[in-house]
Amino acid sequence: MSDPGSHMRMHEKLVLRIVAKRFIPFVLLFALYVQFHGDFGPGGGFQAGVIFAAGLILYGMIFGLGALHRVVPPRALEVAVAIGVLLYAGVGVATMMLGGNYLDYGVLDSHAPAHGQHLGILLVEGGVGITVAAVMLTIYSSFGGRERE
Amino acid sequence: MTLVLEASLFVFLLVIAVAITRTKDLFAAAMLSGIFSLASAGLFTLLDAVDVAFTEAAVGAGISTIVILGTLSLTDPVEIRTRRPLLPLGVVLLTGMALVWGTLDMPAFGDASAPIHLHVAPRYLSESGAAIGIPNVVTSILASYRGYDTLGELFVVTTAGIGVMLLLGRGESRP
Repeated sequence: MSDPGSHMRMHEKLVLRIVAKRFIPFVLLFALYVQFHGDFGPGGGFQAGVIFAAGLILYGMIFGLGALHRVVPPRALEVAVAIGVLLYAGVGVATMMLGGNYLDYGVLDSHAPAHGQHLGILLVEGGVGITVAAVMLTIYSSFGGRERE
Repeated sequence: MTLVLEASLFVFLLVIAVAITRTKDLFAAAMLSGIFSLASAGLFTLLDAVDVAFTEAAVGAGISTIVILGTLSLTDPVEIRTRRPLLPLGVVLLTGMALVWGTLDMPAFGDASAPIHLHVAPRYLSESGAAIGIPNVVTSILASYRGYDTLGELFVVTTAGIGVMLLLGRGESRP
């Protein structure tokens, strides 16, 4: 679907290319907004990760998988998948180290448990966002990288 | 007004679903399933489930459609029908009837005395503001009260990603 040599040749379509170039920064910015505004409105790590991946997938569809892999190398995606989960699970280990239960964020701030909760939620939502975005991009590039049989 | 919108969205969903089963063009079916998800997201918004609607719009209408289109580019875009699918139709009808029969036991829509509104929900609503300090109760529940479940979901997403990597490769083994 995104193969530069295939019959579709998306990267030669001028309107698509210009619109995508103008559009992608806003998609990525919106993903970050959804990520960090999840405390106050709808959204959170999962939706933000999917939207961030969608922005990069749009780039991959228009400019080809090779261009996408120059922006995010497959090796980096693999590492990012693991980092997100480890960040989430690591917050749980940290709360145990500080004497609380697993994923009991209250102990992260010894003075105000609500601040600890805030910090814990920020970190685990970050972990969710990183892993979800990386997995979506991995799935896309795995499918897009296959030749038609 | 809301009821009219909800009813028309339900009719719209039904029309799209029938159209998906009727069309032989798989590209059209993929796009229709994306539109189906978008209409569902609108319905969830009307039912005040904005977080669910957001996820449905991003995942159902966005990523799923892209993945289906990606799969479609590797195969034939026209559905081949060999015989009339009477057995699948029977299975679908039976399952649908069983599901509708199951919902007869559920509390009425918007019933304040439904079990789900009496167990832990009042505590979450009254306490989470002070205990967690976040205005969006949904985020408090997902990330803190139900932190284990969300971690489990993240493991599921990770497993799916690893599975795709193992089966299809990382997508860089192209000439």
